[in-house]
Amino acid sequence: MTARRTGWGCAALLASAILSGCGGEDFTPAEKATIASLSLADLPPLPADPTNKYADDPAAAALGATLFFDQRMSRDSVVACGTCHLIDRQFQDDLARGKGAGVSNRRTMPLAGVAWSPWMFWDGRRDSLWSQALTPLEDQREHAATRAFYAHFVADSFNERYQRIFGPLPDLASVPPDAGPFGTEPQKAAWNAMSAGQQEAVNRVFANLGKAIGAFERSLAPQETRFDRFAAALASGKSTGADAKLTAEEIAGLKLFIGKANCSTCHNGPRFTDDGFHNTGVPAVEGLPEDLGRATGATQVAADPFNCLGAFSDAGPEACGELRFMVKDSPRLTRAYKPPSLRGAATRPPYMHSGQFATLDEVIDHYARAPAAPSGASELHPLTLSERERQQLIAFLKTLAN
Amino acid sequence: MKSGLLYALAVVVLVLVALGAYLAMPETSKPELDQSRTRTSANGLYVAAIEPEAGGPKLGELENWILTVKTAAGKPVDDAAITVGGGMPDHNHGLPTAPLMTGHLGDGRYRIEGVKFSMSGWWELRFDISSPAGSDTAIFNLVL
Repeated sequence: MTARRTGWGCAALLASAILSGCGGEDFTPAEKATIASLSLADLPPLPADPTNKYADDPAAAALGATLFFDQRMSRDSVVACGTCHLIDRQFQDDLARGKGAGVSNRRTMPLAGVAWSPWMFWDGRRDSLWSQALTPLEDQREHAATRAFYAHFVADSFNERYQRIFGPLPDLASVPPDAGPFGTEPQKAAWNAMSAGQQEAVNRVFANLGKAIGAFERSLAPQETRFDRFAAALASGKSTGADAKLTAEEIAGLKLFIGKANCSTCHNGPRFTDDGFHNTGVPAVEGLPEDLGRATGATQVAADPFNCLGAFSDAGPEACGELRFMVKDSPRLTRAYKPPSLRGAATRPPYMHSGQFATLDEVIDHYARAPAAPSGASELHPLTLSERERQQLIAFLKTLAN
Repeated sequence: MKSGLLYALAVVVLVLVALGAYLAMPETSKPELDQSRTRTSANGLYVAAIEPEAGGPKLGELENWILTVKTAAGKPVDDAAITVGGGMPDHNHGLPTAPLMTGHLGDGRYRIEGVKFSMSGWWELRFDISSPAGSDTAIFNLVL
């Protein structure tokens, strides 16, 4: 198929060159359709989040924004969500691995368009914005506190705001100040000593904190880029201003992206991701524990008490299709990770799930070489790309960053 | 002389366009790829038909499909066990989800939930059908 497409491209290019003497900026109907499908104009409306009945409550979103940037939401009052998800850096931190109370094993993900994703984290170990938001709060390398701590914190610091949105706070007088299932040994012991009713009450407050943060994160939409303006102009057939033009090098990169280089196989749609999980043979990081990607993520999201089917979700099972019908036990989940959006990627190195590659040159070189995966099987096939083609691809990726 | 040159140029362009048209024939529309929504199972035990329950299919969305199973003689099969598989033969990967048969609707009709196609191209959707009449497999080709 690729050979035939390339053949068609050459023949069409020759024919058009003879007919018009132009520099090859024409696109086939198929290419035009693909370009339109990548454009922000093709982004569907913000999807509803039936698991969070506060998802579109402005007061919840406002509280969520406050909590997102509040460093008191951590053991030592030095880590907020915004510590790694930096507001002026596409809500990521430019580091290979996120740095909170300690250093995590994974690259901090940017947040634009996150509300359109069915799966959170690189391995999809959470299935909603609010259940995602809870996870770093209890990770000892990130916020490093416990759910009992957060319940007390809200009762002390945001009492009225919380109750106006979520209703009465439970009586926390007999709840230990620090208790949770993922804390230190004493914190776990304190959690296990709590009654089921106390645990349920704390879990409810904790889930609501996540729902407020999730409501805020829904407002983080992808921004229009030069590529989108170019795609809109191409679709309308109208000539446009300089801010909607791509250079010959960028156009060549775009053609490679949707053609020979096969990037749009996984980086498809207006968010440049298929929301799936793929093993692309990304190397393991020396010194980190074995990372099996989606194989572990699928198990974790199925077991998460805050998932779509759990007691704290506001959705019925009919809204939980992604979870109910996810692939759970296939060998192709091993070291499979979510293709991140490529919007803004050119200006936020390093790349891959643990920041394995420092530059886009290294990324493209990896995809061209297609090395064997550390475990599982890579889906990549080796690709011959000239130095010029590599630079064209990078030039195109830069049109996706403002 | 000049018109001769123009004539030659026109011929060259026509040849190139014809060559392009041949080369552009996507693999997905090869004549042998049967995209019909009604297929006889591999060993001829069943005639199976599929249709999306609510229109579509639409790329990247979870959708329900209705599978209708009849015997070769046209009698609806209501008591079959159905499992679903498939993938993209060109890319050597399976379905992005694990669809399940979740409802016997009667008249040989079954609801299949959780079908998703995550990229454009040629997909196979495979149904393993088991009933007292025997076990057989029906494979459908879909091009998105």
